[in-house]
Amino acid sequence: MSGLDFVTTRLETALGWGRKFSLFHYPFITACCGMEYMSAACAHFDIDRFGAGLTRFSPRQADLLLVVGTITHKLAPVLRTVYDQMLEPKWVIAFGACTVSGGIYQNYAVVQGIDRIIPVDVYIPGCPPRPEMVLDGLLKLQDKIQHQKQDWRWAKKP
Amino acid sequence: MGQETLIDGIRAALGPAVAAVADSFGDPVLVLRPEAVRPALAALREAPFDYAVLLDLTCVDFAASEGRFELVYHLYSLSRNVRLRLKASVPAADPAVASLAGLWKNAEWLEREVFDMFGVRFEGHPDLRRILTYEGFEGHPLRKSYPWRLAQPRIPLKDDV
Repeated sequence: MSGLDFVTTRLETALGWGRKFSLFHYPFITACCGMEYMSAACAHFDIDRFGAGLTRFSPRQADLLLVVGTITHKLAPVLRTVYDQMLEPKWVIAFGACTVSGGIYQNYAVVQGIDRIIPVDVYIPGCPPRPEMVLDGLLKLQDKIQHQKQDWRWAKKP
Repeated sequence: MGQETLIDGIRAALGPAVAAVADSFGDPVLVLRPEAVRPALAALREAPFDYAVLLDLTCVDFAASEGRFELVYHLYSLSRNVRLRLKASVPAADPAVASLAGLWKNAEWLEREVFDMFGVRFEGHPDLRRILTYEGFEGHPLRKSYPWRLAQPRIPLKDDV
């Protein structure tokens, strides 16, 4: 290790760097946007290039919730429960027009945007969004994670 | 059995239950009197008509007309490979029709859907609950009188601005 005997950094920067390249995502897929998710996740567009390739099928193991597809009022309590089951720190991507705003649906059944139920970090519009938009949204989320201030309340002595 | 003889045969078997006959893209359409729905479909299910499959059971809300809710039944005969559509109108006040639950098993869920969306009661149905919307939902969303943007959330939402 000539010339690299030690490295200095800030703890927050190191934590953010580690977190943004090791996103375990939980896909909450209800509708046709799922096809675009599959395209983005599989080999052709390969979301694993950005360190988000490890899909978890339990929200308890995930730190990125991908809400993909229409959310109805009947399903809303389920989505809230899934979000509550995830451990901190956690992030949410609203994937597609339906999750962003209700999309083409404005009726008795559909929630007009999942940000009425759970907090959202990145919105990806489109009906459905192309995989390039999904990857762009992921990069924006990584940028957000990198610059996120850490919550040190748990470390402070009373 | 040609279509003319088929319709003649159905008319002969059902008698006054058939109010009108029409044709839709080559398939026969019968308009039934609402009180005759169950006996008529029970007869059509057996030989010689042999309409063994209930393909669909749905409803249309003609808000302005007197027989407001028009029930639509789609039948299919496996042995003869022909389809038949039946319609019956029920009035807006207390819409009700006899259930087909004893004839076709799938009628149970189809009738629950029509009950949920249109509020048509099916008499004799073993378990007439909502199927698509949830417990506590008020009204019937596919009725023309349902406000088109009225939502009934199950959990508290953040306020709209």
